[in-house]
Amino acid sequence: MTTAPLPANETARRDPWLKPHRLVLILIAVALVAAAIIFGRWDWLPRYLPRLWSGLLVTLAMLFGSALLGFVLAVPLGLVQVTGPWWLKAPAAAFCTMIRGTPLLLQLWLLYYGLGSLFPMIPGIREFFLWPYLREAWPYGLAALTISFAAYEGEIMRGAFAGVPSGELQAARAFGMSPAKLLWRIWLPRALHRALPTLNGETVLQLKSTPLIATITVVDLYGVISRVRQETYLTYEPLFLLALIYMLLTAILVLAFRYFENRIPTRGV
Amino acid sequence: MIDWSLLALNPPGWGGVLLRGLLSTMQIAVGGYLLGLVIGLFGAVGKLNGGPLMRDLLEIYTTVVRAVPELVLILILYYAGTDFLNKMLALFDYDAVDISGLVAGIFVIGIVQGAYSTEVIRGAIKSIPPGQIEAARAYAIPPAKILRRITIPAMLPYAIPGLSNLWLIATKDTALLAVVGFSELTLVTRQAAGTTKSYMLFFLAAGALYLAITLISRFLIGILERRSRRGLAGVN
Repeated sequence: MTTAPLPANETARRDPWLKPHRLVLILIAVALVAAAIIFGRWDWLPRYLPRLWSGLLVTLAMLFGSALLGFVLAVPLGLVQVTGPWWLKAPAAAFCTMIRGTPLLLQLWLLYYGLGSLFPMIPGIREFFLWPYLREAWPYGLAALTISFAAYEGEIMRGAFAGVPSGELQAARAFGMSPAKLLWRIWLPRALHRALPTLNGETVLQLKSTPLIATITVVDLYGVISRVRQETYLTYEPLFLLALIYMLLTAILVLAFRYFENRIPTRGV
Repeated sequence: MIDWSLLALNPPGWGGVLLRGLLSTMQIAVGGYLLGLVIGLFGAVGKLNGGPLMRDLLEIYTTVVRAVPELVLILILYYAGTDFLNKMLALFDYDAVDISGLVAGIFVIGIVQGAYSTEVIRGAIKSIPPGQIEAARAYAIPPAKILRRITIPAMLPYAIPGLSNLWLIATKDTALLAVVGFSELTLVTRQAAGTTKSYMLFFLAAGALYLAITLISRFLIGILERRSRRGLAGVN
């Protein structure tokens, strides 16, 4: 597994990464950051730091919560599109097409304003044990993000299920595995294995979708920064800090996924 | 009960408003997409053939744009961009200009799309068999003509799947301009819904319009893809 490095590194050895023009670029970047720190107004930062931290936690909770739930939904969505009867295949395909064909912002507002305005009309819903949650905004945000992730990832899982070599499935059947066991032991693990590399990109896309939930009053990282902008009337500083934080989060996600991907043997896929 | 008359084309119905919103959405999507294609083409050529500095700068551009949420980029480019432009104009003693939402929207979507198309087009150019471009060079065809006559037509079959995906993303990314107050389809839908309190009706109607754009686009893309693959060996 340690022999993974490829030609890219080979050229890198002959061709040092730190070239003079890169040194200059780095210096310019450092100078820009220094200028932003010195000339920008940052006195608001300490005051908002605790709120930024809780906003970060909300963003991460939304990201991982929706990715996890969405992935669990995506597996059956992909499976029935490959092997299901038509009355399961058609709705699953229609669901994926509909969600992937409309903007997430619209879906979010449909759930929050649309469903949110319908719920109170249902008689007796106020006694329903979930009612306290239905009055808040975050369940709608989580639902919209989950549905969107499930639709995109469901499409990927469909390809992954369809791409498992049929010989492997035939071999399992020849050994007398029941359909359930075949799915659990062979088909699902092989499909997951094939779908894993795309999970990285999908998760980064999902991270970039999370700030939308701030438009329905969920106070995530983006929501905190909008609050800062409203209260301090600053244009540049909060936005640049926000972009920087998202860039760091993306980098961490990419590196973490790369680490895990390298640990999963992909031989023979 | 559903009051369908709310969707009537003339006031007091909101159908006309929605369709005007759809028109702005399409204008921004088409404009931003085309601007993105131009940026992408130059970006890809710069990344493949440019000097080391050019390559690094383009790498920074594509990496940053693809790592920051579109919503944040749109805010930065929309507010900070217009503010910056006006400050620059003031510096050189020009009057501040009021940038129209349409131009700003096209610019913002174009910059975002440009980063993605750069990567798509770069990948497509790299999949052209190198002999074709070498042959053109061997015949001393000038570089601009090679780009126009050989590189672009030869890369199209490889680029079209990625570029059509970007078009579908562009139509949906325009919805984000609602957050900065540009009256495209999503924002006018929300206004209509808020005024009439028929949230479900209007959001579902707007969803149907977006879905129609996607389905029609997919149909046309299918035709285009088959056309561009003429003469290539079957892939699947």
